[in-house]
Amino acid sequence: MSEALLRLAGVHTHIGQYHILQGVDLTVPKGGLTVLLGRNGAGKTTTLRTIMGLWHASRGSVSFDGQDITRRATPDISCAGIAYVPENMGIFSDLTVRENLVLAARRGEPERARLDWIFGFFPALKKFWNQAAGTLSGGQKQMLAIARAIVEPRKLLLVDEPTKGLAPAIVQSLINAFRELKSTETTILLVEQNFNFVRSLGDSVAVMDDGRIVYSGPMAELAEDRHLQQRLLGLSLDAHQQRLP
Amino acid sequence: MSTTVQTIPAAEAPLPKLPADYKPLLLVPALALLALPLIGDFPAWVTLTVAGLAMGMMIFLMASGLTLVFGLMDVLNFGHGAFVAVGAFTATFVLLPMQNWLQVDSVVMNLAALGLAILLAMVVTGCLGWIFERVIIMPVYGQHLKQILITMGGLIVAEQLIHVVWGPDQIPLPLPASFRGAIILGEAAVEKYRLIAVAVGLAVFIAMSLVLNRTKIGLLIRAGVENGEMVEALGYRIRRLFVGVFVAGSALAGLGGVMWGLYKEVLTAAMGSEIMVPVFIVIIIGGLGSVGGCFIGALLVALMANYTGFLVPKVALASNILLMVAILLWRPQGLYPVAKR
Repeated sequence: MSEALLRLAGVHTHIGQYHILQGVDLTVPKGGLTVLLGRNGAGKTTTLRTIMGLWHASRGSVSFDGQDITRRATPDISCAGIAYVPENMGIFSDLTVRENLVLAARRGEPERARLDWIFGFFPALKKFWNQAAGTLSGGQKQMLAIARAIVEPRKLLLVDEPTKGLAPAIVQSLINAFRELKSTETTILLVEQNFNFVRSLGDSVAVMDDGRIVYSGPMAELAEDRHLQQRLLGLSLDAHQQRLP
Repeated sequence: MSTTVQTIPAAEAPLPKLPADYKPLLLVPALALLALPLIGDFPAWVTLTVAGLAMGMMIFLMASGLTLVFGLMDVLNFGHGAFVAVGAFTATFVLLPMQNWLQVDSVVMNLAALGLAILLAMVVTGCLGWIFERVIIMPVYGQHLKQILITMGGLIVAEQLIHVVWGPDQIPLPLPASFRGAIILGEAAVEKYRLIAVAVGLAVFIAMSLVLNRTKIGLLIRAGVENGEMVEALGYRIRRLFVGVFVAGSALAGLGGVMWGLYKEVLTAAMGSEIMVPVFIVIIIGGLGSVGGCFIGALLVALMANYTGFLVPKVALASNILLMVAILLWRPQGLYPVAKR
């Protein structure tokens, strides 16, 4: 196992009166793609939001690249090298595709070479470059959300359920994009319910239930063990498996 | 990553352009043209239209900051009128002692005195805005009912402080000599000050549009209006942006207050609260958080008030409410709705 880039130790998160994360221990190794699986309400989104500092852990610690980021503000966490693609994509509908990407490029204008690299796997973004992002289709918005996160190199990319509600053809283009991203130095933590989407992509996997990590290990191990899948993912496996083209 | 980037092919053809929504822009000329046959007298129509445009520009100055504060910070600031009144009264610190500069028929001397007064008013209202945000609004972020109560309280306190500092009486504020009178265009008389108000309003609108559309700060403001959390997740400190926008909005209200005070030629402590009704109508018509919508909304509200005031004076008071209803039936989120997360 390679060196840990992100480590959550005994993280508890409360949202109002609700105790969502109940001692999450999660290690994301540097490089490759780690998948966080779990049924609805297991705490996957809360885990990502806690890492980003959008909700703060009430107990436990989050360390990234050797630094404690538990109490840091969201902009500081972002500047430390973590990019976030939320479940609702968080694109700025009133801004154009170009403006969305310009905003995400903190160093100034996005590099044209980098943009062309992104257009290589998301060509729709080039076609609708000056179009208001709100007019894009769901799949195109997801492409923009991911493009915005990678418009500059980041150490860690957090992506929350990118395939939710998308057509199989779009899902395939996302698979291609993640494969391309995996070839870079970016580490990816991907929250997903669609096991077929992530089984060929993931290097390691963690499964959440009731606010805790109930399994973590290599993806190959989980992908090969049908009984383990049934035990860990149960009904959600059948309910959320989406056939790919 | 670097190895991947090096294999990327060179840039290709230019990228496509953005289609724009021009429909709301057509409302202003449509309203003006609709009023022409109803008024029936071309010179009167010209005078009313220019008066409406001037009034609209001044309302825009006062409303533009508020709409951004509304959109960006989700703050219902009913105390915005305080900045209008304080701005106008602060200008008297310059305008009253410099009366001899204002009464000379010299554009340069008049503009110098007025410019100094506007600068002082904007600095004072900007500082007041910063204090207002830190002391009054910051403790009630996210609590709309408390925001309404506490900002209305702030407005009342500000009005009473104006009485303390400047006294309870109205203060006459005559126009500078070179801005008095009218220009005759054919048979229509157009007041010079109204043309100046139109020019100032247009200049501010163009400047704001350039900042919002051509600068990264502007992009951040527009993005923050829509989804502040995501702006933070991209690495920007939106709180600082909030404060900056609040200060700028307060300073613009101060500028609007000076222009409005000179337009009315008399200052009262209640002038800020009195103008807040059309200001709120304007930002609702325009779409909360939209500067472009605010601009068009201000022109529509002012033109409607002028035309109905001339044609059916009894309906004038209700005309803007009817306008708001009509526009919200067409576009329930306002002319240029800002998508919120």
